[in-house]
Amino acid sequence: MSIGLQTSPPEAPAVATSAHLSIRNVSKIFPGKGGLFNKLTGKSTSDFVAIEDMSLEIEPNTFVSIIGPSGCGKSTLLSIIAGLSSPTFGQLFLNDQPIKGPGADRGIVFQNYALMPWMTVEGNVRFAVETVNPKLSPGQQREIVRQALELVNLTGAARKHPHEISGGMKQRVGIARALAINPKILLMDEPFGALDALTRGFLQDEIERIWEQDRKTVVMITHSIAEALLLSDKIVMMTRGPAAKIAKVLDVPFPRPRNRETIDEHPAYHDLKTEMEHHLTLETRAVEEDRIRKLSRN
Amino acid sequence: MTNRSLPRPNPWVNETTKSIALFFLSLGIFLLFWEWGANAEIFAKGMPNASTTLKELWWWTTNPFFDNGPNDKGIGWNLLISLRRVAIGYTAASLIAVPLGIMIGISKVAYRAFNPYVQLLKPVSPLAWLPLGLYIFRDSEQTGVFIILISSIWPTLINTAFGVANVNPEYVDVARSLGTPRLRTIFKVIIPAALPNIVSGLRISMGIAWLVIVAAEMLLGTGLGYFIWNEWNNLYIPNILVAIFIIGIVGLLLDSIFGALENLVSFGRKA
Repeated sequence: MSIGLQTSPPEAPAVATSAHLSIRNVSKIFPGKGGLFNKLTGKSTSDFVAIEDMSLEIEPNTFVSIIGPSGCGKSTLLSIIAGLSSPTFGQLFLNDQPIKGPGADRGIVFQNYALMPWMTVEGNVRFAVETVNPKLSPGQQREIVRQALELVNLTGAARKHPHEISGGMKQRVGIARALAINPKILLMDEPFGALDALTRGFLQDEIERIWEQDRKTVVMITHSIAEALLLSDKIVMMTRGPAAKIAKVLDVPFPRPRNRETIDEHPAYHDLKTEMEHHLTLETRAVEEDRIRKLSRN
Repeated sequence: MTNRSLPRPNPWVNETTKSIALFFLSLGIFLLFWEWGANAEIFAKGMPNASTTLKELWWWTTNPFFDNGPNDKGIGWNLLISLRRVAIGYTAASLIAVPLGIMIGISKVAYRAFNPYVQLLKPVSPLAWLPLGLYIFRDSEQTGVFIILISSIWPTLINTAFGVANVNPEYVDVARSLGTPRLRTIFKVIIPAALPNIVSGLRISMGIAWLVIVAAEMLLGTGLGYFIWNEWNNLYIPNILVAIFIIGIVGLLLDSIFGALENLVSFGRKA
């Protein structure tokens, strides 16, 4: 167990900064192009139901992964939780407050890092800190940035620009930026999807280490079964889109802190892994068959 | 470790030295052909040869600042006059085009509404504005500046609006997710993100301004363009060639300043 970098004592996890997320009957429908003009020009499209009537309760201090076949609306769901897009029907609540738009109570880690290329590593994190805490003194802001970079082991790269560092380092900046604003909930959209397998494993270990420190509520979108099993307390499996739904929620009972090398020795590991593989394979096959059928019809 | 030395390429034979050698070789051949051709009168009767032209070039560049009245000024004075007109017109154009481009680029409605004006006016030859300028201002100096302004405004305006309208939406999502106020998003995210486009717009505009000033000055009274026109009236071709060379060099310098500026704001992005 490595807790060398902690600034607060480990026996007092910051429960106050964690949150309960409630997703109630949420649907997302992207309206098609209707109207006479579009009909005449052959451009009319039908409505697209991305998510249909989804309900989910996410308890405080829980690490939840959402996994499903491609195109199942996982990213749509995350951007609804983030407030970057709004649900067509239904409501979301964070600690019983309705989510009405984006806000700094939710920290987001983007798949493609979304770092501003003209800002340094330190500048990217400081932009978030200054925006969220405009009343703190510059010295206090710098101290928060310094701690965030220390947490992800990037102190030495603070003055580098994003194009000068590796993909793994970029995503660590993304994580530092999301955590520096001390959100109640951390949202991660396939955070390691753009990384090679070895870097991905290294960052998963980093996330596991960081998460152990304050056990913030996390919602992570992923494609990887091993990643979900290593990091999550709960795994939400989704059906294929359109009109994606929750197929099943799995409890992951492995004790923490977890270690990727020994985690598969737990008696429940193989059953969980097989169940997920079975579900995802069936759904992915159905998605592919749908696509082929659609192509051969045209 | 064995005692083998690392094989190193010959420092005197590489792509750089080869291209420099080819440059000087082709320049030499060109000058010799010119010298011979002019002496043999194969181009046109009275065409100056290379040595006369180079002597003139040396004389004009070593005596840039003399002033014997409006039709006999050193090329340095004429260059400064042209640069001053370009500087005023170009700066005014940029001060209009950049803020306007940002405002147009931010709003999709404005982008569509103003696009027809820009598309209509952009392809108009700068010289078509000359009679209008002379009629409005009744002054050659102000007309020159006006022509520069009206012709160098479009590339900057178009590139700025395009850059702002096409900022990577992820940057805007980052700002939105933090609850960033609108003005802070514009100044801290949208403008820096669009800066490579803005600077390449400014670079194209500068190129156009420098192209246009020479043409416009032929019909005005002073400057490098008028210098060429004056030498045409004197029918002294070597000085025309000298002026062409100097215009090219100055244009090259202006362009490389903006090229360096582009690199400065790109931060690893392709401009």
